[in-house]
Amino acid sequence: MTHRLLFAGFGGQGIMLMGELLAYAAMIDGKQVTYMPSYGPEMRGGTANCSVIVSDGPIASPIITEAGILIAMNEPSLDKFEDDVDPEGLVFINRSLIGRKPRRSDVVSVAVDCIELARDILNEKIANIVMLGAVIRKSNIVSPDSVGEALRRKFSGKKEAFIPINESALSAWRERSEEH
Amino acid sequence: MTDNRQLLKGNEAFAEAAIAAGCRYYFGYPITPQNELTEYMSRVLPSVGGSFVQAESELAAISMAYGAAAAGGRALISSSSPGIALMQEGISFLCSANIPMVLLNVSRGGPGVGGIQPGQADYFLATRVGGIVDYHTLVYAPASIQESINILMQAYETAEKYRNPLMLLVDGMLGQMMEPVVVPDGVETIPTTDLHALNPWAVTGHRGSRERRVIRSLRLKPDELERSIEERGEKYARAEIELTSYEAIDLDGAEIVFVAFGSTSRIVKESLTALKRMRIKGGLIRPITLWPFPYRAFDGIDKRTKAVVSVELSKGQLIQDVKLGVNGRFPVKLIHRTGGMLLTPEEIVAAAKNISEVN
Amino acid sequence: MLPLFEYTKGMREEHTSYCPGCTHGIAHRLIMEALCERGELGRAIGVVPIGCSIVAHNYMNVDMCESMHGRAPAIASGIKRVHPDNIVFTYQGDGDLASIGTGEIIHAAHRGENFTTFFINNAVYGMTGGQMAPTTLIGQKTTTTAGGRSEAANGKPLRMAEIIATIESAAFVERVSLDSPANVRKAKKATLRALETQKAGVGFSFVEFLSTCPTNWGLSPIASLEWLRTDMIPYYPLGNFKTKEIGR
Repeated sequence: MTHRLLFAGFGGQGIMLMGELLAYAAMIDGKQVTYMPSYGPEMRGGTANCSVIVSDGPIASPIITEAGILIAMNEPSLDKFEDDVDPEGLVFINRSLIGRKPRRSDVVSVAVDCIELARDILNEKIANIVMLGAVIRKSNIVSPDSVGEALRRKFSGKKEAFIPINESALSAWRERSEEH
Repeated sequence: MTDNRQLLKGNEAFAEAAIAAGCRYYFGYPITPQNELTEYMSRVLPSVGGSFVQAESELAAISMAYGAAAAGGRALISSSSPGIALMQEGISFLCSANIPMVLLNVSRGGPGVGGIQPGQADYFLATRVGGIVDYHTLVYAPASIQESINILMQAYETAEKYRNPLMLLVDGMLGQMMEPVVVPDGVETIPTTDLHALNPWAVTGHRGSRERRVIRSLRLKPDELERSIEERGEKYARAEIELTSYEAIDLDGAEIVFVAFGSTSRIVKESLTALKRMRIKGGLIRPITLWPFPYRAFDGIDKRTKAVVSVELSKGQLIQDVKLGVNGRFPVKLIHRTGGMLLTPEEIVAAAKNISEVN
Repeated sequence: MLPLFEYTKGMREEHTSYCPGCTHGIAHRLIMEALCERGELGRAIGVVPIGCSIVAHNYMNVDMCESMHGRAPAIASGIKRVHPDNIVFTYQGDGDLASIGTGEIIHAAHRGENFTTFFINNAVYGMTGGQMAPTTLIGQKTTTTAGGRSEAANGKPLRMAEIIATIESAAFVERVSLDSPANVRKAKKATLRALETQKAGVGFSFVEFLSTCPTNWGLSPIASLEWLRTDMIPYYPLGNFKTKEIGR
């Protein structure tokens, strides 16, 4: 089984951290994984995206041309990548910033009020972690325990104080029947 | 499952592996897409008894590394294509003075300042070299972060054995991506007082106890210069026998044999799986050393093969060595992208299907 | 019987390939004597430039490394990282240091590199046959300024010691001349002081030697020394430009 995830948004939204934490968790689960970021000046304020592939077997290329899961954190990202999602694929939408649903009818869309949920816990800076929590709960690609472990390894030392807040953010989203 | 894997970005893994392999001296100048390596070295080298210097230019960086290596230290240079182009002066000197060093080229698209996305347009620069020629750089092209680590762990010993610079040609994709990897335990820092005995050619100060040592590149007498080139030639002939390395996949009965290195070979591997589903038998020759180039791998190509295809992120460079390897035995084709555009498995599959139907 | 003159242990007993009247030999000897007197000969590592004095390693009895043109200060920076307790020096001419290698010398001083640079300023390219250097004087005839260097075409000559002295992390900067016994003795003092600065770890040390090139100046050895005095010294004033205190 191979999962291809594409995380996209604008620079500063913590897109890379989402991908990295998921990749980290997959490694802790004993899976093969690759993480490939976009890079260059665009990271500083422009669009940012990263690809994560999780597999039981060796991964040849880390480049994604067709994603099983798209995580769109802003509307330009949805515009840009919607057509690259597999039929029956999952499209996660940051409803706080995206005013539309996917145009395609052959994908499953999950809308997450990332910013509102993040503000309920602390502030909008952890909106990315709220979204990551939704991706993990909905897709079951990695175990929630491993994501927690990834979080603890990533936020070691001086950053340790941020762990509880991020743990809360991870479990902020609950699937409701109204989701489409 | 418990394992000792770490999730590391290519550039950071290269730095960690180089230190584990004994690198204690690093001289760098910022350039994308390899900056994480320079930054890692600035953080970590001082804590293991090493030195980091941010140089004023790539010319200075390679010169500093030349000095450190001439003094017997294990030095590392990293840069990306335009920076490596600037460093050719120093690389030519390293070869002529028989000084070992390890270099990492995290390459991007050119020419000129080009772009910053992954590219393999440095193939000629790496394998044909850019200074006054009649020398070779030993060139490895790993296809994964783990393979890069494994090569780096041996790189200093190889460079020192041949007393020649050794380059890892990777690209922005390997530099920027993350994979779970294992970095072996590191070697201890060698006390500088031991460098004198370990490297019986290095400038360390003669202490009044031996003849002075001179690191030389200039040989004004033509016969002396010629002799030094011929002697170096003997060592390169030995390297061709001892170092040539490649991976060959499914050459038996292959309709099409792809030749690709580094990150491109990963994309080809993915294409092979897709081709199998279409009942087209594809094989792959993946050079691990680009110099010495594994020409002998081409002797393993099945007589029934319809075409050998060079797959590269450059405008027909690797294909020259492919043609030398094929030596007229099979038609040779090219699939390529340039400028930082990556090939997709779909493009490769479509091109392969076309070749399969036409031939 | 007491010998009047001897080879210093710092010099190998070789005939140099330098032209008659060239002052490279004096500079070589001063540096090597200074290293011997300070007991540092066995711990010294030198970097030679591209230029006439690339062959200095045939004469100086220390470990030496050839350099890419102008890069000697960067190479010395690398050597010093590996052997911080050794005395490391570069020996560079004016084409090497003041033209193709300006970046490297400025930044070695900028970083406060703890090595010593001996700069031979003879106002001309020697090895390549007498072309204009950045230090060539106004009106001076060279093979690329046949009518004499003009300010309009080439600007005015660079004063490297003064430039280096403006750099905060440079610790010792002095210009000396090799034209007379008295000045040679002063040059020796500056050389010793530069080595002491390095030994004490105070920072970058730089000694500029005004030197002659009779062959490319088209003058006799004696007339060359005279020209150095009458034409070079007025433009390149001798003296100390910077001395940071050596902590005891």
